Amino acid sequence: MRRLPLLHGIPGFIVRRSALGLVTLFLVSLVVFAATQALPGDPARAILGREATPQSLAALRQQLHLGQPVVQQYTHWLGGILHGNLGQSLAANEPVTKLIGNRIENSAFLMLLAAVFSVPLAILLGSVAAQRRDRPFDHATSIVLLALAALPEFVVAIVLVVLLGTTVFQVLPAVSLIPPQSAPWQHLKELVLPTIALTLAVSPYVARIMRASMVEVLESDYVEMARLKGLPERTVLWRHALPNGIAPAIQVIALNLAYLAGGIVVVEFVFGYPGIGGAFVDAVSNRDLPVVQALAVLIAAAYVVLNLIADLATIMVSPRLRTSLS
Amino acid sequence: MTAAAPAVASVPGSRRRRPLVILLRRSWRLGRTKLGVALVLLLAGVTLIGPLFAPHQPSAFAGAPYAHPSSTTLLGTDNLGRDVLSRFLWGGRSILGLSLAATVLGLVLGVSIGLVAAYSRSLLDDVLMRVMDVILAFPSIVLALVAVATVGPKLWLLVLVVGLTTVPRVARVTRGAALEIVNRDYVQAAEAMGESRLRILRGEILPNVTSPLLVEASLRLTYAIGLIAGLSFLGFGLQPPAADWGLMINENRQGLTVQPWGVVMPVIAIALLTIGTSLISDGISRAAAGIDRGGDSE
Repeated sequence: MRRLPLLHGIPGFIVRRSALGLVTLFLVSLVVFAATQALPGDPARAILGREATPQSLAALRQQLHLGQPVVQQYTHWLGGILHGNLGQSLAANEPVTKLIGNRIENSAFLMLLAAVFSVPLAILLGSVAAQRRDRPFDHATSIVLLALAALPEFVVAIVLVVLLGTTVFQVLPAVSLIPPQSAPWQHLKELVLPTIALTLAVSPYVARIMRASMVEVLESDYVEMARLKGLPERTVLWRHALPNGIAPAIQVIALNLAYLAGGIVVVEFVFGYPGIGGAFVDAVSNRDLPVVQALAVLIAAAYVVLNLIADLATIMVSPRLRTSLS
Repeated sequence: MTAAAPAVASVPGSRRRRPLVILLRRSWRLGRTKLGVALVLLLAGVTLIGPLFAPHQPSAFAGAPYAHPSSTTLLGTDNLGRDVLSRFLWGGRSILGLSLAATVLGLVLGVSIGLVAAYSRSLLDDVLMRVMDVILAFPSIVLALVAVATVGPKLWLLVLVVGLTTVPRVARVTRGAALEIVNRDYVQAAEAMGESRLRILRGEILPNVTSPLLVEASLRLTYAIGLIAGLSFLGFGLQPPAADWGLMINENRQGLTVQPWGVVMPVIAIALLTIGTSLISDGISRAAAGIDRGGDSE
């Protein structure tokens, strides 16, 4: 391993990881740009189709700065993003920032809700399964979690719509319409199904790693010691075992929260929820490249940042890793 | 980590394949593997021979839109009045075919990159693995959608981009497993005897990374099925009037309160298929872990 000699310990680690994150983001922006704008052929014609008039083609070329050399196009685009100018939507004919302003809030709130429900639920399920290892509860949860982990998010979402929104019981709104002027927390009923869908998509992985980690902890000497001291099993599990069992799971938890950034794409589309993910799918359908570029970079940035937090959290909660750094 | 026993690996010829056979035999002993195989066979059967039993042409009109099940249309009709059963029987081919193709592509590329990275012991290793990290920096659906936005909904593109998103994980697993092998004595011996690098990769290293790869392959297939079905659900896979499970779900979800079968059947099919493949990979990985521990897993 090549390490910079100047940077030691946790601050050094943070600096290194952040630098790596920035490099990754830069490469991500290159990939997005290359995929959407530096294609061979005429992007303007690809976007507008064969029936486009010369005027509209010229206008679009101008708007996308297609006349300039590719490198200049890229720096122009990247510079715009860094200054908070995400470009102009072709379909809506307004700035991308205006188009997605509200939606960022909506998506963030949905992800937050999913995190708030899925993490404790998964920790609880995993711990209880570990405690009842090889008993019926463990086997049952193992199979259910395996099945849930296998299902694509849109299948989970559609099943929820069928069961709770339309066909079987019509108890919850199948479509999450939230008027642009109001905040998502004023429409909690509309948020129930998307939240359950995301929770079911994320929890299985966390619960499985939590179970594996707790199985190991519950076999350790200090848990045995606590039991021999005559502490009630409940205290042993939640006070002594859980804090040690959670450490290895932290990274998986954070990785799965990062995974929510991709999960919202399909789930928001299914429920018609006005967030980033739904906007992204719409932009792809309309081939609205400036919006696609902006949202792809935005989602990737959220993903990179959450991954970074995952690494930091893992270091912070594992004493062994923490000391090995300094 | 690898299930390969070094003593077996150095024996030339046919006996080299034995770890894989042992692994498959042990996985088969687990009930979940059998259940998974049964589910996958069932769905593959529906997909392959189902069209022979379809009562109508998949895009022919068989009645009024969202008609309830009747004697001619056993599962009713869809949003345009086409027979749901016939479209269901036709609709699995694309998902199964595309996801298999994407998985094979991802495996071939990922294994090659992983082996080369592990064996190069040089800057090339770093470069390849950093490239893999960049691909992993995107949620795969985002990468797929960016490609679709630029090129348009083409089937080869779905295979390419879904295959590409599976490459990094396959490459990591391969590299991780191969790193343990490349410094073993028999690889060094082969090098000293002047065998070509390609021969060593194929003959000495690849056979020893097959069991982690087998687990990874079945995981990647599950994930490719989900991603391909999801993309076609979003409308970026097969285009209407084609019959495709993902597309069917999207076409018929407006009529869920009236006629649910057009949604329910493909949803059940995709669910059983992904659960089946994931049961198989769980069975294989449990068996591999059992062999690693040096005992029978069950």
